[in-house]
Amino acid sequence: MWSLSPAETTALLLSLKVAFWSVAASLPFAVALAWVLSRLSFPGKSLFDAVVHLPLVLPPVVVGYFLLLAFGRRGAVGAFLEEYLGITFIFRWTGAALACAVMGLPLMVRAVRQSLDAVDRGLEAAAATLGASPFWVFASVTLPLILPGILTGMLLSFARSLGEFGATITFVSNIPGETQTLPLAIYAFTQVPGGDAQALRLCILSILLSLAALMASEVLVRRATVRAAGRDA
Amino acid sequence: MLEFDVRCRVGSFALDATFATGSGVTALFGRSGAGKSTVLNLIAGLARPQSGRITVEKRTLYDSAAGIALPPHARRVGYVFQEGRLLPHLTVRHNLTYGRFFANGRNAVLGFDQAIELLGIGHLLERRPGALSGGEKQRVAIGRALLANPEVLLLDEPLASLDAPRKAEILYYVERLRDEVRIPIVYVSHSLDEVVRLANSMVLMSEGRVLGTGDVREMMSRVELRPYLGRHEGGAVIEARVAGQDLESGLARLEFGGGALEIPDVEALPGEQLRVRVRARDVSIALSRPSGLSIRNVLAGTVVELADDQGSSLDVRLDLHGTALLARITRKSASDLGLRPGLPVFALIKAVSIDRRSVGYA
Repeated sequence: MWSLSPAETTALLLSLKVAFWSVAASLPFAVALAWVLSRLSFPGKSLFDAVVHLPLVLPPVVVGYFLLLAFGRRGAVGAFLEEYLGITFIFRWTGAALACAVMGLPLMVRAVRQSLDAVDRGLEAAAATLGASPFWVFASVTLPLILPGILTGMLLSFARSLGEFGATITFVSNIPGETQTLPLAIYAFTQVPGGDAQALRLCILSILLSLAALMASEVLVRRATVRAAGRDA
Repeated sequence: MLEFDVRCRVGSFALDATFATGSGVTALFGRSGAGKSTVLNLIAGLARPQSGRITVEKRTLYDSAAGIALPPHARRVGYVFQEGRLLPHLTVRHNLTYGRFFANGRNAVLGFDQAIELLGIGHLLERRPGALSGGEKQRVAIGRALLANPEVLLLDEPLASLDAPRKAEILYYVERLRDEVRIPIVYVSHSLDEVVRLANSMVLMSEGRVLGTGDVREMMSRVELRPYLGRHEGGAVIEARVAGQDLESGLARLEFGGGALEIPDVEALPGEQLRVRVRARDVSIALSRPSGLSIRNVLAGTVVELADDQGSSLDVRLDLHGTALLARITRKSASDLGLRPGLPVFALIKAVSIDRRSVGYA
């Protein structure tokens, strides 16, 4: 009873894969967006800020539907990517990762932006007087100092991905072995008679997974914070 | 050689300053809000002027007419900030070598080992900035700026956030630095003690303008600058050689062009050159050489000028055979004695009025 069935293992591994890639792919965008929101001021910034945060407040099904319109076979972006780069999102696990990435992006942007706002600009100026170009200032001063924020953001986005349901099922449907992540598998079991016990097993698995992720990140963030604060670890 | 000629407006504050510095330490002196730190930020490229020109050793850092404005990282300016600004995520060693990484190939101002020895920070290398005291932080910050091989070193009140013992400690290291490195040093301060101890020349600033520049001794004896140099602390600076130490009485005998001074508790060896600030309010004037007196320093000289002052007291500038001395006396005394330019007088200075803070190495 403690070992996982092959179908459960498939759903678990798929969930982890989708969550991992959604975090990895959205990280550069999240850091860039956070930097723009924290450091630049331009007309229409508050509208831009609102658009970035939209997935946080929209019903997930709306996000999924728009992804379907844009990245579907006949969608503007989807057709282009398929024709020129051979990348398909629709009904693939990559599409599930994209849906999770979009849903998790605002969480990551918020966390990174908060730590960017807290960075002492004087330190960046000091590094510049020592000969560091803007790129090197960012790489050697800003980035290490916002590492706790980045880790927090990655964790939030990872956890959000493990739990993503609405946008994923709308965009890439519920295909076992391809797009059926844990929440979708749980949903599938609740739809068939006698599936309650198996749904419960997957629910417990979800809880354990989320707990492990939270605790691991707590350790990482604490270490990074100590480092960034300049205390001897 | 640093040449600075800039106009700049930040909010309601306007800066319009022109000066040039030679080698050695140039003090930027003035009250807070005079624009001293703004000048440093303009040199380092951390602030943008409206117009003007800044050059270091004939290299143009900024020239509004020619459209040149180098970014901070290309200016080769070593900047020691008031609060140190060490990179918290790096060890002391990596803070020190941070600038060296970008300065590859440039002539080294100091070697790594030499800098560590000079600043006494060898035992801190593996520590992180968060674990350092204020004085240690500033020493590391100075080393870090020097090891980036700059062409000019800017120090922005590096002692401001330190307590008195730490101040003395850093002053000692900056003094050693002044004698060891060949690049010009610009030292921002609002403390006359520090200026007199460290600086060769001085730029006096007030409300965004330069009131005067020149040799520290010459500037300190200019009566018209007295209001800006501090009524209570101001006074002439005398450079003198230690002729001998009397261990029994604890008095050092210092000789200079205008005579000799006896000063208590001077930690210097015979033959060393010292710089002594004699506060104007500690100098009395007599028409004849007095006798039966506890005052140990009686120096012959002549009156050069009396400051035209409105208050109850005024500054008298004396000439002691080529050395300038300022005396602050009441207007009433000046008229009772009949002081006028050219009159031979005696300057009286109590030995105990010259404390340790007023003495530095030349």
